[in-house]
Amino acid sequence: MARSKVYIAVLLASVIHVANAGADELVPYEITGDGITTSLTGAPGDVARGRTLVLARTTTCILCHSGPFPETRFQGDLAPDLTGAGNRWTVSQLRLRLVDASRFNPDTIMPSYYRNKGFVRVGRNYAGNPILSAAEIEDIVAYLATLRD
Amino acid sequence: MIWWRAIAVAALVATTPALLAGEIPPDARRSGYSFVSPDTRAMQDDDTSNPGMLFVLDGEALWGKKVGSADKACADCHGDARSSMKGVAARYPAFEKALGRPITLDQRIKLCRANHQQASPLPYESRDILALSAFVAHQSRGFPITAGDDPQLSAFVAQGRSLFMQREGQLNLACTNCHDDNFDKHLAGSPITQAQPTGYPIYRLEWQTLGSLERRLRSCMTGVRAQAYDYGAPELVALELYLMSRARGMPMETPAVRP
Repeated sequence: MARSKVYIAVLLASVIHVANAGADELVPYEITGDGITTSLTGAPGDVARGRTLVLARTTTCILCHSGPFPETRFQGDLAPDLTGAGNRWTVSQLRLRLVDASRFNPDTIMPSYYRNKGFVRVGRNYAGNPILSAAEIEDIVAYLATLRD
Repeated sequence: MIWWRAIAVAALVATTPALLAGEIPPDARRSGYSFVSPDTRAMQDDDTSNPGMLFVLDGEALWGKKVGSADKACADCHGDARSSMKGVAARYPAFEKALGRPITLDQRIKLCRANHQQASPLPYESRDILALSAFVAHQSRGFPITAGDDPQLSAFVAQGRSLFMQREGQLNLACTNCHDDNFDKHLAGSPITQAQPTGYPIYRLEWQTLGSLERRLRSCMTGVRAQAYDYGAPELVALELYLMSRARGMPMETPAVRP
């Protein structure tokens, strides 16, 4: 009897753990100066994947930004052109600006891409999750760093 | 002539609430019409090519049709909508005493149908409710919007305004971030408008059908990855009321055509 209680407790704990995996656990990061020097995944991102991600509407980048993307005319002009982003910012600066741009300007319209708390009325499908995963942030950072004039 | 204009301007200034930072001054307000392509404008302007007019015609037929266990048509109580409904939609959402809160034109039609016609309810966004709403609102085409003038509504206008200013959803954006601060810019290539609700229900080419302002609000909420309010929710009605009061004095265009 006692044993089955323990089993149930363990089972419940593992179910809760699975439900929360990826939801509440963001990779911790350390801010140095105005950037994050260390990769969120511990490895450099993939440039080609990063370009694909920037162009995918689901990441939301080009809803507001334009850039050197001749293949699409559906680009926004609410935010700076990404051309030359690699000249203007270091990898470390790019990483923190993607993770949490509101740190630099609380009124910015740029979402915090690696944050999962402190929002109002988040849609059911998105609740508890950041907009981008750590790996996606790293791929995009790696690509943006290659955008040099 | 000039002093008439002076009176009109003075009256407008006197009745316009103080603007918050970022809000659009009255003389800088523009209908969504001014943001669309010449083709889309031409489609709206010509009643024979405006697809919304098909709904208006359907609505006219429904207006005269007896329904429900009361076996009454709208026309049996309200007569000829061309005179009785003139300017009515420009005042909606309006305060409903029995409920103690504002209701939309669609909700008014639904209440009439339930209480006076004793007919089965028309679901939100169904073809018939949109047709009736378009037909009634069309009788206000060219009329200046006056919704929100009723002092009983002031708390609800304020609620709508605070919802408009509230950041929400995973993208953490408020209506005001785009529609007060960034109109005329482009979101993924499409112009951002001022969100002046002058032509609802509108025919939206993207929808390939007519739709209500609530549908439009819900799709913006989904866009910022927020949990959209249900149709008829008090928050959506308050937002609609605020938007209409924000467009105070602008002429109604129903049925407008938008991309």
